[in-house]
Amino acid sequence: MCLSAAAQYAPLWPLAVYFVAVVILVGAMLVLSHALGERRRGRLTSVPYESGVVGTGSARLHFDVKFYMVAMFFVIFDMEAVFVFAWAVSAREAGWAGYIEMFIFISILLAALFYLWRLGALEWGTSMKIRRKIEPL
Amino acid sequence: MPDTAILLEVLVIVVKVSVICGILFGLPLPLTWLERKVAGHIQVRLGPWRVGPHGVLQPFADMVKLLIKEDIVPDRADKFLFKLAPLLSMIPAFLVFVAIPFGEKFAIPFIGNEITLYISDMNVGILYILAIGGLGIYGMILGGWASNSKYSLLGGLRSSAQMISYEVSMSFAAIGVVMLTDSLNLLEMVRSQSGSFLDWNIFYLPVGPVWFVIFMISALAEINRIPFDLPEDEGTLAAGFHTEYSGMRFSFFMLAEYVAMVTIAVLTVVMFLGGWNPPLDISIFHLVPPIFWFLGKVVLFIYFFMWLRFTLPRYRYDQLMAIGWKVLIPLSLVTILVTGLMKI
Repeated sequence: MCLSAAAQYAPLWPLAVYFVAVVILVGAMLVLSHALGERRRGRLTSVPYESGVVGTGSARLHFDVKFYMVAMFFVIFDMEAVFVFAWAVSAREAGWAGYIEMFIFISILLAALFYLWRLGALEWGTSMKIRRKIEPL
Repeated sequence: MPDTAILLEVLVIVVKVSVICGILFGLPLPLTWLERKVAGHIQVRLGPWRVGPHGVLQPFADMVKLLIKEDIVPDRADKFLFKLAPLLSMIPAFLVFVAIPFGEKFAIPFIGNEITLYISDMNVGILYILAIGGLGIYGMILGGWASNSKYSLLGGLRSSAQMISYEVSMSFAAIGVVMLTDSLNLLEMVRSQSGSFLDWNIFYLPVGPVWFVIFMISALAEINRIPFDLPEDEGTLAAGFHTEYSGMRFSFFMLAEYVAMVTIAVLTVVMFLGGWNPPLDISIFHLVPPIFWFLGKVVLFIYFFMWLRFTLPRYRYDQLMAIGWKVLIPLSLVTILVTGLMKI
């Protein structure tokens, strides 16, 4: 399998054409709405919406570390998915040896998931289990 | 005459690109009308009725309204990111369509050239779709953060956590289909499901239905539709990450959402329901052009999404994350092992 560079990238140039077309259309829509859109500046036009009351303070808040943890888990599990993809296309050729390796790999993954579960890392809000851990009754 | 051949090829690509662009930019018009009409009839009222017969011109009126609305950028917002975010959300949603096949090759009657019904036949089609589709998350989180509004920030965080969680189970479901069909190429996937409806991946017993359910649930969460439309939970978060957006920029987020819905419907049909293969392998069904089978199935799924939206209540956020991490991911990991056992 030794494709020339041109043959290898042949399916990609329509992609470039399409990308340019989409960007041009989106740009045209923006320009059109800029030209047609009304402009009326009131005292409170550009104040962030807070259900009708005058806003207090900045929105650069500290937020729950849970979101960061979910992002970490995502990186871990999605990376694993990429490895499994490589095996999935060739599952039949890889045979039993490949299957056993994948079995071990996925078992480790499942073990990690259950560990996170037991740790309470997958709980949202203060469920009773975590609350008991943080503040023993 | 190689020059004419190249010219013809370029012409065909340009035509295909314009057709796809036309469809994608035009499609939200009938879809918004249909969604509101379905909503109306499910809730025992008429839905749009005033603009044109049965309200069919309502989407055009909406389009004009969105065009002439003021484009507000909040004072304290990060101006550059605020303006960039809708584009980051919309362009990937549109780019996904490059890899989607609508049918096999067929010959044009008068020119005699063969034409393919896809823009680019990538041999890693499904990976491309997952990767590019995932980029849309940047638009949400940057839009939410750059608005400098509390609702937007919370909405953006919620959306991104939800979408990356379900991205994992969606990738696993894609792995399942790759294992059933032995290919990452979407065309190959459809070809391997030819025959009657029993050859479709959804009926690949015992794992096919499980993969279908996993894919369907994670897809609903990925496209933020009820019962998983937490990012736009109007009761608690106003409009979520796009609270501060107005006019055209707001409509970019909406466009991206509708295009994502169509993408998911198309992907489900390609991956599980045999693409353009008719349900029974009998000659009378082959008289109907394959594209009609394909579109019929896609429309069925789009209707299904709308039906769900006006039937089910919304999940709570902790329930949503629990379904993703405690049910779908362990279940899909085990199903991968079972599928592997079947393939050897």
